[in-house]
Amino acid sequence: MKYLDEFRDSEQAKSLLSAIRRLVTKRWSIMEVCGGQTHSLIRSGIDQLLPAEIEMIHGPGCPVCVTPLNVIDKGLELAARPEVIFCSFGDMLRVPGTREDLLRVKGAGGDVRIVYSPLDAVKLASQNPSREIVFLAIGFETTAPANAMAIKLAKQHSIRNFSALVSHVLVPPAMEAILTASGNRVQAFLAAGHVCSVMGYQQYHALATRFRVPIVVTGFEPLDLLEGIRRTVSQLEAGGAFVENAYERVVSEAGNLAAQKTIDEVFQVTDRSWRGIGNIPQSGWCLREAYADFDAEQKFNVTHVQTEESSKCRAGEVLRGIIKPNQCEAFGKTCTPRTPLGATMVSSEGACAAYYNYGRYGSV
Amino acid sequence: MQHITTMVDTAACEMFRSNCPLPLRDYPHVVLSHGGGGRLSAELVEHVFLRAFGRPHAPLADSTPLSLPGRRIAVSTDSFVVRPLFFPGGSIGDLAVNGTVNDLAMSGAEPLYLTASFILEEGLLIEQLVRIADDMARAANEAGVSVVAGDTKVVERGHGDGCYITTTGIGALPADRNISIDQARPGDVVVVSGTIGDHAMAIMSVREGLAFESTIRSDTASLAKMVHALIEACPDLRILRDPTRGGLATTLNEIAVASQCGIELEEQAIPVDDVVRSACEFLGLDPLQAANEGKLVAVVPAEQATAALNALRANQLGRAAAVIGKVIQDEHKLVVAKTPFGANRIIPMPVGEQLPRIC
Repeated sequence: MKYLDEFRDSEQAKSLLSAIRRLVTKRWSIMEVCGGQTHSLIRSGIDQLLPAEIEMIHGPGCPVCVTPLNVIDKGLELAARPEVIFCSFGDMLRVPGTREDLLRVKGAGGDVRIVYSPLDAVKLASQNPSREIVFLAIGFETTAPANAMAIKLAKQHSIRNFSALVSHVLVPPAMEAILTASGNRVQAFLAAGHVCSVMGYQQYHALATRFRVPIVVTGFEPLDLLEGIRRTVSQLEAGGAFVENAYERVVSEAGNLAAQKTIDEVFQVTDRSWRGIGNIPQSGWCLREAYADFDAEQKFNVTHVQTEESSKCRAGEVLRGIIKPNQCEAFGKTCTPRTPLGATMVSSEGACAAYYNYGRYGSV
Repeated sequence: MQHITTMVDTAACEMFRSNCPLPLRDYPHVVLSHGGGGRLSAELVEHVFLRAFGRPHAPLADSTPLSLPGRRIAVSTDSFVVRPLFFPGGSIGDLAVNGTVNDLAMSGAEPLYLTASFILEEGLLIEQLVRIADDMARAANEAGVSVVAGDTKVVERGHGDGCYITTTGIGALPADRNISIDQARPGDVVVVSGTIGDHAMAIMSVREGLAFESTIRSDTASLAKMVHALIEACPDLRILRDPTRGGLATTLNEIAVASQCGIELEEQAIPVDDVVRSACEFLGLDPLQAANEGKLVAVVPAEQATAALNALRANQLGRAAAVIGKVIQDEHKLVVAKTPFGANRIIPMPVGEQLPRIC
């Protein structure tokens, strides 16, 4: 497969691994920020092949996992309404809310549809003028441009039966929250390559300097990850703390300016509560006042929803890198992808799902 | 959108009228009366099903007497609800025949007879039903089976998805044949007959709201003849399975559990078409969990592996056959894949339908 196989070459992987082994003299804890990176690490088994001194801590960069419970519950309430066609990305469907998930709402008669592009939801709205189309607009900076574009187009074309339940989250404030948390063990970051492809990496310089941590913009394929880790370890061993770009084929320092402009037109920065982590100031995007007509929360008045997390779920500690998924008592027992207690067990980017799906049950 | 559908409808009707048996010309769509048991039902049976499947020598009756070559038979039944009804590489008609034929073949039986039960939704184009019946007839012919009994019901518009088909198959099972999922032993070799995930990705590529351009075609095919050759070449064949829903991951886990053993795979040895692999990559799906409709997994003694491979590769459907791993002793009954980097990852039993990821 062109553009992928080149980055999965086992010979090059071996030489990068030996380069890393030669560099390491001390123990280091490195966080890969994005859930896609976590899955790639576990799937290829790279974390097992790294020298014992290097511990990979799995970060909070799973958009499905950190979407707050009250947003999920609001979505579930909207999806159950007979006039609503509820559109969502596929991996939100199994995410547990307080009482149920979207798949069950669908089973009970809710019109829930998987979309691949938010623009499909807008198209659905224009094709179904008598229905209300609600799009669950979640995700990090990566999904924001397309979500913003969909909302912008709906406004431009006066598609009034389209609205979005918006809960975007931002990576840099989350990294800061991790670094300032008591008991933090993270000494360096592999920054999420696709987030940076949109936003660039200028914002990270301040973080690297202020907290004295290396930050290496890293891709998702096995060789990308190994190169990111190699550069990180090299900095750590040499006492460096600066931003490097190891994903140059995709990321530029300034990022995608057109995408940033669209985001800025539609969204504004807001405080955001992260599922499992808690409130992080200025860590999300919500709709600007000019787009209030497209805000599903206001349109359907679902602002009061009673939520309750499972008391057994330790997803928050997993997302903050305090424990590994298989250190949770419920992991693989009461909590499995079939009976998830938390979102980290269902999403294709969730750390618990990665551990479960690739068989990291602890003893094996 | 509406006018496009109408255009297609009209074109299909025109085409249909020009080559359709006279009595059905006035009904381009299935109506409730086609399932009512009266004249319209009889016309549908006559001009769609008997035309495709052939007329029995005796008058149509409530049941069909059959002759069987031996004392052991194998029976299998399966329902088909695929959407869309027609997809690159096949249709629900192909699946309905090949699916049941393959289930028979996987027990080592020689498939002989099929029954077919149709649940049609009011409004289905008769022309589409004719195509489906023709596809079934062609598939049955290729597999060497006869469709010997059938039934048709019509449900109101909105109560079905165009056409559902249930087929039941009967096959002759030689007295000494013992191909069964609990027969794998440490040291045995696991063989797959070709690229995996083709069917699932062909369906995905034409699903509403996802359609992407690709050259992927469903692999739907009858495996009966290839199985026959495989059994000849490999007399101690332990297990045959067709990895349909749930894909290779499900099949291998079922084998490990039933045979109380582990399975060790070489990830790189598993044949996956490049386009299928790309489609899986961008949708965030795993080809190991994707459905196949014309592939088999065989567990064979190591010393017969080469013979098995040769027998499979001699058939057009098995040209890309490959040894993908071996059976090992493992009390945990795990399926483990060696990654190209030398690490191991466990291939678990999939939970449910794969859901495409957010980004």
